[in-house]
Amino acid sequence: MSEHPDDFVVGHRQFADIETLLRRALSPVEPPKELEARLEARLGSLVDMAAEELDALEISAMRDPRNWARPVVAVAVGSTAAVGLVLVRTQRRRHKRRREADSTVDLVGRTLRDLGREARRVADDLL
Amino acid sequence: MAAPDSTGAEKARLDDAFSELYKAHLRDVYSYSYYRVGNHHDAEDLTEQTFLQAYRHFARAQRESDGRPLRPWLIRIAHNLAANYYRDRSRKPQTPIDDAGEISAVHTTEAIVEDRDDLKRILEGVQQLPDDRREALIMRFALGMDNREIARALGRTDGATKVLLHRAIRQLEQTVKQAEGATEP
Repeated sequence: MSEHPDDFVVGHRQFADIETLLRRALSPVEPPKELEARLEARLGSLVDMAAEELDALEISAMRDPRNWARPVVAVAVGSTAAVGLVLVRTQRRRHKRRREADSTVDLVGRTLRDLGREARRVADDLL
Repeated sequence: MAAPDSTGAEKARLDDAFSELYKAHLRDVYSYSYYRVGNHHDAEDLTEQTFLQAYRHFARAQRESDGRPLRPWLIRIAHNLAANYYRDRSRKPQTPIDDAGEISAVHTTEAIVEDRDDLKRILEGVQQLPDDRREALIMRFALGMDNREIARALGRTDGATKVLLHRAIRQLEQTVKQAEGATEP
């Protein structure tokens, strides 16, 4: 190995310049395709759709009962999507829960805790 | 209140701008998340939460950015969420980062086994650093951020960031030397 002023010697071996090693060790990590698809779907529909529908309504227009259908639909669509998301995300963690649980009771407890956690996170996203 | 047409146009412009931001920096946010939490499952969650939160505050961030790049703002969101993640679960990264290379690069010859050991040792050293030093190194070397960007992401001055990076590299050097020394026959 050729010597470089920034190289440092450890034991009988010589390391390359640590910044070069860092650049290689911390190489960028490509996101999984499923994540891209999921994120695009969420950004494109869930948040956008409900928020856009609700934002588009003028408060004054709410006095007219003929306009009540749109926010109700928006909230219903958003809520259904949110519940679906909570279930999907809780389901995704099932293998990990099974691995970590030491009994059926423990598994049920972990599942309920996961459900609660995901529900809180989805609620945070929407509020 | 703006007329409905201009509000709609503004919303469309913001959505387009956010879409560009998302495409440009998805890999940055994912890489940062991955090196912060140490596994792909939690990195996906963290990335997802980061973009959802960014979307909610995007209009204000754009107004206040004064034309500056928004990557530090995005990474700062991920940084704060990662901090909450550890606080909520009362844990530090425990999963060794050992498969990032399999995704981002292909190693094909046995001649680089020793080299891979060096990289592994570097990663282990990075994981042992204090949080702020580890984050600064991730931002610099995984994301290629300059001092100014890192300073904005961490809420520090440029000077303090330069010192932070310098100390992180020196500490890492020491850690790796000690680890290597301990394995010498």
